[in-house]
Amino acid sequence: MYVTGSSARAELAVANLRRICEQELSDQYELRVIDVLQQPQLAEDEKILATPTLIKELPPPLRRVIGDLSDKEKVLLGLELRSAEPRRSESAPPSPPATEPR
Amino acid sequence: MTPPTSADVVQKLPTGMPSFDVIAKGGLPINRTTLLSGTAGSGKTVFAVQFLASGILDLDEPGVFVTFEESAADIRANMKSFGWDLAAWERAGRLAFVDASPDPNIEVIEVGSFDLGALLARVENAVRKVKAKRVSVDSLGAIFSQFSDQSIVRRELFRIAWGLKSMGVTALLTAERTQDYGPVARYGVEEFIADNVMVLRNVLEDESRRRTIEILKFRGTDHQKGEYPFTIVPDGGLVVIPLSAIQLKQKSSDVRISSGNAELDAMCGGGFFQDSVILVSGATGTGKTLTVTQFLDGGARVGERCLLLAFEESREQLFRNAIGWGVDFEQMERDGMLRVVCDYPEVATLEDWLLNIQRIVAEFKPTRVALDSLSALERVGTIKAFREFVIGFTSFIKHQEITGLFTSTTSTLMGGTSITEGHISTLTDSIILLRYVEMFGEMRRGLTVLKMRGSAHDKAIREFTIDKDGMHLGRPFRNVTGILAGTPVHVSPGDLERVWSQIDDEASKRPRAENGPERRRGDERRGRR
Repeated sequence: MYVTGSSARAELAVANLRRICEQELSDQYELRVIDVLQQPQLAEDEKILATPTLIKELPPPLRRVIGDLSDKEKVLLGLELRSAEPRRSESAPPSPPATEPR
Repeated sequence: MTPPTSADVVQKLPTGMPSFDVIAKGGLPINRTTLLSGTAGSGKTVFAVQFLASGILDLDEPGVFVTFEESAADIRANMKSFGWDLAAWERAGRLAFVDASPDPNIEVIEVGSFDLGALLARVENAVRKVKAKRVSVDSLGAIFSQFSDQSIVRRELFRIAWGLKSMGVTALLTAERTQDYGPVARYGVEEFIADNVMVLRNVLEDESRRRTIEILKFRGTDHQKGEYPFTIVPDGGLVVIPLSAIQLKQKSSDVRISSGNAELDAMCGGGFFQDSVILVSGATGTGKTLTVTQFLDGGARVGERCLLLAFEESREQLFRNAIGWGVDFEQMERDGMLRVVCDYPEVATLEDWLLNIQRIVAEFKPTRVALDSLSALERVGTIKAFREFVIGFTSFIKHQEITGLFTSTTSTLMGGTSITEGHISTLTDSIILLRYVEMFGEMRRGLTVLKMRGSAHDKAIREFTIDKDGMHLGRPFRNVTGILAGTPVHVSPGDLERVWSQIDDEASKRPRAENGPERRRGDERRGRR
């Protein structure tokens, strides 16, 4: 997750993301928060424009979600961790439980 | 009201694009943001890259290019044709790209509010890395299309503009507009982001494209107003044709040079002035090309290099005709006294012609330039473009202290003026008219010096003949009136006497005007008695 400094928006986004991960992925996640002010070259390499930007590297496919992540359902959809159609969940490999029955 | 101190005055950054700096009166306002708006294909990206290229090449000012539209790789490739090796500058640490072009492989979903903090951090990083003095951002419109929440983009652009200022760089931001004459830019906010606004236009007019640049506002500082034509050339990028740089400050010479014809010299009061512009106007076949040929011959004979720009006749035709009048162009070329540029005017736009001609003049360094004919060039562009060409050309050759001889073709055989003349007669120092005169079932030719700035001249309409040695001026047409109007009327000597005597009577009533021709007319009259 790329954020700008310790702005309110950055903190909100990080908090939102942690909550989603805790709720949906239990502890099967690895989150790295990068401050673009400290490491602009990383942002350059990844061609990041907006902050906060969340990049989901694993499991594939690679997905990007920008914003403060205030809408949990949209985040899960965007990351393809929860598919709109249930059958898609079967194709989500390999490890973390991609979907949970509500 | 106290005059502003130097600290108050907005300083300008010379862009290194000399022709642009003229209309910007020194360059872009330093440490400010300037918006460059234009329709598709108006030359925004070229300008944005050139702004950096000039800084890197000429002024040792590194730059950062932020691209929202084309990828950095595309821009590197496209700009090669202008001779700008962006990749080499990047390796040398003088240029950095911030590639913010959309990547079709990356799908982005927006959830909640965001900012463009990462972009700003990247720009800052790049500016720091190469110690940039200049930043180009191309183009603002493209960033709107990358995000769905436009209000956020709007807010963030203001922040970026503010950020650029605090980095101490001079920034050029481009923006699209949908019409050449309409709102400044598509999203309606771009012009408020920047301190200064410039517009590029690419207007289709009479089936030809006309590129212009206009500076709409420079906050707190002066600039030239109105549209200035420009062109984009392969090895120079965008070149503005600054008409108003043409202040009438050319020093005017009183050195006379020969027209190549002693009798014509005498009519002009001793020859043409050096660094003057002479227009020769006449119908087809009246002897315009002959006048040009003599002018060149006269120059070569006294060791002046001559340039002939021929748009009407082929090289072979010109050379053969010259031989017919006793002038050997081929020999002149071999001696290095003459260069002949022969082409269809349609092969380039007027702006390109002007630059081409300037290049040839800079290289060949002639002291005489003849252009045959302006009327042929007139059909290439719009009236406005043509006027600008003539203004640009005349001022250029005057600055170079070159004598220019232009021809223009009248549309009617008898009398008449050409459209060309109407546009340019005030720009020329001398005008020579060549006219057909119908006399007793025979076509004869007449020549008159209509205008000779800064000198007395023969005001008679003289008959001339053409033979193998060229032009021979003869006696004035005495008893014919209405030649210039194209309706020659023969006047009997008796009538003429009466007219002259009336003029003399009136002249004697008031203090006698001290100009030559009246006295001469009197002399002629007495001579005939």
